[in-house]
Amino acid sequence: MLSTYTYPKFAYRRPAELDRAGKGDRHPVVVVGAGPIGLAAAIDLAMQGQRVLLLDDDDTVSVGSRGLCYAKRALEILDRLGCGDAVVDKGVTWNVGRTFFGRDEVFRFNLQPEAEHHRPGMVNLQQYYLEEFLVRRAEQLPNLELRWKHKVTGVTPQGDGARLQVETADGTYALEADWLIVADGARSPIRRMLGLDIEGKVFQDRFLIADVVMKADFPAERWFWFDPPFHPGQSVLLHREADNVWRIDFQLGWDADPEEEKKPERVIPRIRAMLGPDREFDLEWVSVYTFQCRRMQRFRHGRVLFVGDAAHQVSPFGARGANSGIQDTDNLVWKLLLVMRGLAPEALLDSYSDERVAAADENLMNSTRSTDFITPKSQVSRDFRNAVLTLAREHGFARGLVNSGRLSVPSHLSESALNTPDGDVFAGTMAPGAPLADAPVRAEGNEGWLLQHTGDAFMLLLFAQKPADVDAAALAALRALADAPIPVQTKLVVREDAPAPAGCRVLIDTKGLAAERLDARPGTAYLLRPDQHVTARWRRLDVAAVRAAIARATCNA
Amino acid sequence: MDHLITQPNFGRPGQTPLRAFTPGDDFYEMLIETHRGLGDDDSRLLNARLVLLLANHIGDLEVLREALRAARAGIGSPT
Repeated sequence: MLSTYTYPKFAYRRPAELDRAGKGDRHPVVVVGAGPIGLAAAIDLAMQGQRVLLLDDDDTVSVGSRGLCYAKRALEILDRLGCGDAVVDKGVTWNVGRTFFGRDEVFRFNLQPEAEHHRPGMVNLQQYYLEEFLVRRAEQLPNLELRWKHKVTGVTPQGDGARLQVETADGTYALEADWLIVADGARSPIRRMLGLDIEGKVFQDRFLIADVVMKADFPAERWFWFDPPFHPGQSVLLHREADNVWRIDFQLGWDADPEEEKKPERVIPRIRAMLGPDREFDLEWVSVYTFQCRRMQRFRHGRVLFVGDAAHQVSPFGARGANSGIQDTDNLVWKLLLVMRGLAPEALLDSYSDERVAAADENLMNSTRSTDFITPKSQVSRDFRNAVLTLAREHGFARGLVNSGRLSVPSHLSESALNTPDGDVFAGTMAPGAPLADAPVRAEGNEGWLLQHTGDAFMLLLFAQKPADVDAAALAALRALADAPIPVQTKLVVREDAPAPAGCRVLIDTKGLAAERLDARPGTAYLLRPDQHVTARWRRLDVAAVRAAIARATCNA
Repeated sequence: MDHLITQPNFGRPGQTPLRAFTPGDDFYEMLIETHRGLGDDDSRLLNARLVLLLANHIGDLEVLREALRAARAGIGSPT
């Protein structure tokens, strides 16, 4: 039991299937695992009008704080799912990370060097809060059925779906799913049942997490120490969490005994050495962990789709675990819906695997590099690490090499086959595949953000000085796009406020930042996917080109 | 006369990386990978050879003198 948090207990219900004969109900889509990623997938599906069944073998949220840092992109996706405010309001916002070597600060980064974005670089929040907020959101959605204490004990893939065995306290029943989303975590029982491999690297090191309750006025920043005087030869990481809880992460080395190290008589002196003899604190939760950096070869196996830790795992340095899992479901759900509705071929789901495998590789590369820097495995590696740290005090180039974690940033899906390559010249980073940059906009008199007005559907951002600049022929063409089987909503992004033409929505680019960040001029059009990634852009609207880009982005070309 | 560059300078000519830290991290990984599988003695030899190769590439004795000073600063007794 934690002193700052009471675990909710969600009600188990006896499954109706046990009281009737037959081979079990058929569900269009079943999600297994009600962690943050499974919940996000199920909520997204249900919000788009899709009936979904979510199974979990437990009846509460994450035990222990676990996933702690939620990055800007994850917050933006949580906004789309209706949970962003809850997470940001409860969590601790931070942007600055400071790195120390011994007693001296050697490097500092700012995750959000630029103002005028809705969400900050990072919010720290104990995983149990995130899960609780997501469960509360799921409970509001009539399309979403959540079954607690329903454990999947068997999976048989079939050409048109999968057959599941589900165990409850009252007995075992069968059900069938057209599509199965597997979000059952790093150990993924379903991945094992299917005999699928996940390959990579095990790191021979152990880390102690101590969540500590204390009143302290340290700023909300990430502090990382190499070889601090209070824990010589190893690294230490300090994060602030909600409710005056602080996360302290001590590197222990491979030879440490995990059971011994968890004992309060071992943990408390380590914390006292760090905080000084006078600081009062209480131990909230302690855990010793190791980690792996690995991924499945591909994330789609027929009608079985793997997301989050079940598909890929990274070291914790960089907060690239839960943040990438949330981006997995963001990428998957719109594609699955188009396929389920007969509007795209199943091949579109291979692009889920391709795009998120590429993202996983970027996350694996960065988190592996951080781990190699933080925990050098040879003398020469340690020599170079210490050379960098000693040079960093004086030399900018060495500060750039200090790697205490390269924190989660969204993947730019630049190599994706779904993108339409640029034919026109643009400056900046919003090339096809990029996650759309945020900017302040006003819509119907309300101040808001560009990202709040995009997503959930294909969307065309058409830039103009004022709404009247878009002529009648263009408006008719845009209406035709909106009425297509895969509809494209158009939003005019303008500088001068004026009533919207019929059938169009208008966003006022109040500070000109939308145009600046997208390198847009009057006439420029950006085509966005339902997950807010740019998929094509032009300097001049050409409806035939928009249709072709939609076809390409949905594997209908 | 050129001076020793001590600001971040890794990269490929004409390319702007999406993340500023990536080229430096690319180099660091190449460096550590080059040592993979070597014992400490061999690694020391590799490092010495690497210094000589890079020094010859730089060539300019004034730049090299600055680099040697910067490398020595703070190590051992003052020179």
